[in-house]
Amino acid sequence: MQIYLPIAEVSVNAFLLLGLGGMVGVLSGMFGVGGGFLMTPLLFFIGIPPAVAVATEANQIVASSFSGVLAHFRRKTVDLKMGTVLLSGGLVGAAFGVVLFNYLKAQGQVDLLVRLCYVVFLGVIGSLMFVESLNAIRKSRKNAGPPKRKKHNWIHGLPLKMRFRVSGLYISVIPPLIVGVLVGILAAIMGVGGGFIMVPAMIYLLGMPTKVVVGTSLFQIIFVTGFTTLLHATTNYTVDIALAVLLLVGGVIGAQIGTRLGTYLKAEQLRILLALLVILVCAKLALDLLLEPSELFSIGASGGH
Amino acid sequence: MKRLLLSLLLIVATPMMAEEVVLGLSQDQVAITADFDGSEILLFGAVKRESPILQDPPLEVVIAVSGPSGPLTVRRKERKFGIWVNADAVEIDRAPSFYAVATSAPFNEAMSNVEDQRHRVSIPRAIRSVGAPMGIEDAQSFSEAVIRIRTDEGSYQLLENSVSVDEQTLFRTSIKMPANLTEGDYPTRIFLTRGGKVVSNYETVINVNKVGLERWLFDMSRNQPLMYGLMSLAIAIAAGWMASAAFQVLQRR
Repeated sequence: MQIYLPIAEVSVNAFLLLGLGGMVGVLSGMFGVGGGFLMTPLLFFIGIPPAVAVATEANQIVASSFSGVLAHFRRKTVDLKMGTVLLSGGLVGAAFGVVLFNYLKAQGQVDLLVRLCYVVFLGVIGSLMFVESLNAIRKSRKNAGPPKRKKHNWIHGLPLKMRFRVSGLYISVIPPLIVGVLVGILAAIMGVGGGFIMVPAMIYLLGMPTKVVVGTSLFQIIFVTGFTTLLHATTNYTVDIALAVLLLVGGVIGAQIGTRLGTYLKAEQLRILLALLVILVCAKLALDLLLEPSELFSIGASGGH
Repeated sequence: MKRLLLSLLLIVATPMMAEEVVLGLSQDQVAITADFDGSEILLFGAVKRESPILQDPPLEVVIAVSGPSGPLTVRRKERKFGIWVNADAVEIDRAPSFYAVATSAPFNEAMSNVEDQRHRVSIPRAIRSVGAPMGIEDAQSFSEAVIRIRTDEGSYQLLENSVSVDEQTLFRTSIKMPANLTEGDYPTRIFLTRGGKVVSNYETVINVNKVGLERWLFDMSRNQPLMYGLMSLAIAIAAGWMASAAFQVLQRR
């Protein structure tokens, strides 16, 4: 069944969109990532104009994250306090990121920068997570007891300490705030919720338990992407509500399935799967940059100086 | 429709040229609805003449339907530091979003080069490109790329021999408009030619418009962007909540 999208001005198959939304929704619920880093390239591929894809994707992430976070709330795996701290950093970062993005757009080559950002960050995060989770799996096989990861380092020496009961942490608010700002900047530049950077950052930098990380990440993604949706809708008029509805119907159902699937997997397995996924997307994007494209020319709208 | 035809008849009744076009369209409006999946427009007409039919050279018909035009930026990728990046860019001053040319004979036979130049009928002539930036020698290849890319996606069509002409008087053709149409006025031109020379031409406009829900959503996104954004968010939150609640019910059973 073909559907004409009013803002994107293209006609696409409705079931294809439902399927895509569902697939990305499963991943979203499982790993606590918004799925934007997967969905946005997929939308480009089926012919949605990039500006519309990026803006509409933000709206769809709101839906799947909300659906996912409700399931996590019921299992009490959302650290609201930590989420709020990350979020306040994230909004500052996002606002700064938009300014930076517009500056780079004025310089041209913003596409290339976004792509390079993707390749570098996905590559580094993916391989780090992959190696770490492999080690964790190997260790847990050797000795049955859960590995103790409570290390004392410089982070614990910082002032403004706060107790995060759900995460079982007593740390300074400075590192989560900085993580929030940095992720916010990257999210705005790359046009995604930033879950795939936030999740590893929470695990490895803040030392939060994996089970809490997913819910908390989803919680803050809702606000960051909601903010982005409004920005796009009011400044660029590029949010396509018809596209969003089709994607999010698939997405919210997928997110529910994903959240339940996630509970059957061990934390290390969850992380290794996410790492593989991140590496896969990175490899695809890197190949696009390295291999000669079949069509060297591309048509863009004029006026974007 | 009848009244339209009648008024057309009245207009063309004033004898100015020996042969003139009386045109009919299966539709002069294309409505883009939610399930719009492309459209086929039937163009038919007759040649009105006062004098007896000239047998040689034969009458040919050229029909050009054009979408709204606008400027474009065409970029070319180049290998730099081992990766493919956008390097050169050329501004195309005017290129239609949709363009179809239907002819009753091979294009070069139906219309001479000189006439094509004057009326800008063939696809390459419909694209206007004035000067490339310094340092780009093959500016031609950029407008060629536009034609190649848009022909591949079905937006530009050259339909040779697709207009059927009966008795040098009646002609008809159909033009497929793709699903990714843009809104706007689609100027439609009909040329009657003999021996490559234009003996008469006729112009009309096909209107392409979003209607119903499509129209409402589009207008709202432009006129009340904040409301539109909030509505999008509300739908997203509601859908997320509903899915969550539904799954909880399913799981309890």
